[in-house]
Amino acid sequence: MPPDARLRNIDVAHLRDRHRLMWRIRALEQAALRGLEAKVVLGAIHPSIGQEAVAAGVVGSLRRDDILLSTHRGHGHTLAKGASSEAMLRELFGRVGGNCGGKGGSMHIADFEVGMLGANGVVGANIVIAAGAAHAIKLKREDKVVCCIFGDGAINRGPFLEGLNWAAVFGLPVLFVCEDNGFAATTRTASVTAGAGPAARARAIGLPAEEVDGNDVLAVETTARAMIDAIRQGGGPRFLHARTYRLTGHTGVDTAPYRPAEEVAARRLEEPILRAAELLRAAGVSEVEIAADRLAAENEMAAAYDAAITAAYPGADEAYRDVQDIGSPAEGAF
Amino acid sequence: MAIISYMDAARAALAEEMRRDPLVWAVGEDLGRGGVFGQYRGLQEEFGPERISDAPISEAAILGASVGAAMMGTRPVVEMRFSDFALCAVDELVNQAAKARFMFGGQTRVPMVVREPIGMWRSSAAQHSQSLESWYAHIPGLVVACPATPADNKGMLKSAIRADDPVVYMEHKNLWPMEGEVPDGEHLVPFGVARVAQPGKDLTLVSWSAQLHVCLRAAETLAGLGIDVEVIDLRTLWPWDQETVLGSAARTGRLMVAHEAVQVGGFGAEIAAVAAERLRIPVRRLGAPRAPIGYAPPVEDAVRVTETMTVAAVRDMLGR
Repeated sequence: MPPDARLRNIDVAHLRDRHRLMWRIRALEQAALRGLEAKVVLGAIHPSIGQEAVAAGVVGSLRRDDILLSTHRGHGHTLAKGASSEAMLRELFGRVGGNCGGKGGSMHIADFEVGMLGANGVVGANIVIAAGAAHAIKLKREDKVVCCIFGDGAINRGPFLEGLNWAAVFGLPVLFVCEDNGFAATTRTASVTAGAGPAARARAIGLPAEEVDGNDVLAVETTARAMIDAIRQGGGPRFLHARTYRLTGHTGVDTAPYRPAEEVAARRLEEPILRAAELLRAAGVSEVEIAADRLAAENEMAAAYDAAITAAYPGADEAYRDVQDIGSPAEGAF
Repeated sequence: MAIISYMDAARAALAEEMRRDPLVWAVGEDLGRGGVFGQYRGLQEEFGPERISDAPISEAAILGASVGAAMMGTRPVVEMRFSDFALCAVDELVNQAAKARFMFGGQTRVPMVVREPIGMWRSSAAQHSQSLESWYAHIPGLVVACPATPADNKGMLKSAIRADDPVVYMEHKNLWPMEGEVPDGEHLVPFGVARVAQPGKDLTLVSWSAQLHVCLRAAETLAGLGIDVEVIDLRTLWPWDQETVLGSAARTGRLMVAHEAVQVGGFGAEIAAVAAERLRIPVRRLGAPRAPIGYAPPVEDAVRVTETMTVAAVRDMLGR
C-alpha cells in the first residue's frame, strides 16, 4: 500500500487528543440539546455542532493563562479553554455550581479561573473588549495572548472595525478569529456582506490575516499556533478566518428550514470529527479506539448531566448580589 | 484651602490617583494635548503616552476596550468628550460594563470611570449639549455622579477612580472655569451623601451639577422676599441620598427638584415620586421642555431652566 500523503508529519497521539476534545465538545452540546428537550436548559442555546475544529484547533493552542473571549455560540470554546463540563451544564440549567452561579446561562458563560472572560449575547461586542484585555496585558508587560472568537455575522458590526483598528494601532497581543459558519443568525452571510470577506477586511486595517479550512483541525491548529507564537513574540495582532459549517440551526429550536436538506447532508460528510477519524483510521488507529473517544466523551457528559440536574437553583437573594458595591440593591433596590 | 477651578480640581484628582496607583490610566480622544477642554493638560508630560493615551475617534472601542482592561485588573479612566458621543458606546456601557460582574456571577469587577461632560455650553446645539444623567441612573450596576463644585470635582473623581464599580462621571462643561475652595491634602467625597448647600425651612429644593448654582441664586432672590429655601446638592444620582433629601423634605413639608435635563422621565420625577410616596407631601419638578437644544441663543434659552422660573415655581408652590 502506498503511503498516505495526508499522514506526513502527523503526530498521531496529538491528533487523537484533538479528536477526543472535539468529541467532548460535541457530546456536551448534545447533552445540552437533550436538556433543552427536557426543558432543564431554560433559555436559548446556540450549538456549534460541526464547528468543533475551530475550538479544538485554536483554543486548544492557548496557554492556560492566555485569555479567551467568545460569543453566544461559545460552549466549545469554553470547554476547550478548560472549563468543567459539569459546571457548564449547571450553568445551562441555571443551577448552583454553574460557572456563573446560574446567573448568566449559555450566552454569558465565563470562567475567569481558566482565562475565559465571557461569552457575549451581543454579536461583535467581544471584539473591543478583547482589544482592551490585550491593552491591559501590554500595560502590565505580561506575555499572555488574547484570543477573540466571533462569527461571520460580526464583521458587519462597528466594533469589528473599531476593535481591529485599536489592536493594530496599539500593537496589542490579540488573535482575532472569525469562525465562519456561513450564517448570520438565519440569513446567509454572503447575501448581506459586501467585499472580499473577513480576511480582506482585516488586511485592509493592516493585520496579517490567514484563511483556513475550519473543518480541518490540524490545519486550524498549525495556522493558529504560528499566529499565537508570533503574537506572543510581540508581533502585534493577527487575524484568522476559519471556514466551517453550522450543522444545526441558529438556536437549539431552529430547524433551519431556510436551507436545503441536500446542502446539509453534503456538509455532514465534511464535518471535522468525521475527517479527524478518517485520518486516524488511515494512520492505523483501530475502530475500537476511535469509538472509545466518542464513548468516553458521552459518558463524561452523561455523568455531568446527571450531577448537574440534581443541583439546586440559586436563591432569590442572588438577584441582588454582585450588582455593584456602591448603591447595591441589597441595601434597598428601589 | 486653595482656590482652584473645577477643571484644575479634576486634573489634580486624576494626577494624584495616577501617582498613587500605577494601574490607573486614562484613555480618550486628544488627551495628549490636554483633552478637548484642557482637563488633561500636562498629564501626558508627567505620565507618558501609555497612561495618558490618545485614542482614535472610536467611542465603542474606547469604552469597550476599557471594559476588557478593567476586567484584567487595570483601572481605566475613560474620556467620552461629550455625553452625547457616549451614546456611540451605549452597548459597551450598559450591556457590558454594567452587567459583567452580575452575569458572570461575581467572577469579575469592572472598575472604570466614564467621564461624560454634560450640559448646555454656548451654542453647542443639539448634539453637544444634552444632560443624560437620568438614563444611567436607570441602569443597575452603574454609579452616576454629577459634581457641582471644584471641591466635589476633586473629591468625587478620586472616589470614582478608587471605586470597583463602573462610574458614569458627568462634569458640566459650563463649570470648567468655576473657582472655589478645595481642601488641601487627601480629599475624598463619598457617593450617596448629599450636601446641604444652603439651609432653610420653607421648602426643600434639590438639584445637582450646574443647575445647583441657578437654584442657589434663586434662593438668594427668594430670601429677599422672606422665603427661606433649603437647597440640597444631590451630588450623585445613584446612589442618591434619600436620608438627607427626605429628612429635609419632612421638615420643610415641600419638595421641588430642578434639573437642566428634560423634565419628562428625568431624575426629578424619581425623587419627587419617592417623596410623595413616603412623606405624602406636595412635590414639584422643574426641568427642560421635551425639545432638542437649539443653536441660536433665543432657541437655546427657550429650553433653559432659569433663576426666574425657579423663583416663580417656588412662590407658586408656597402661594406667596
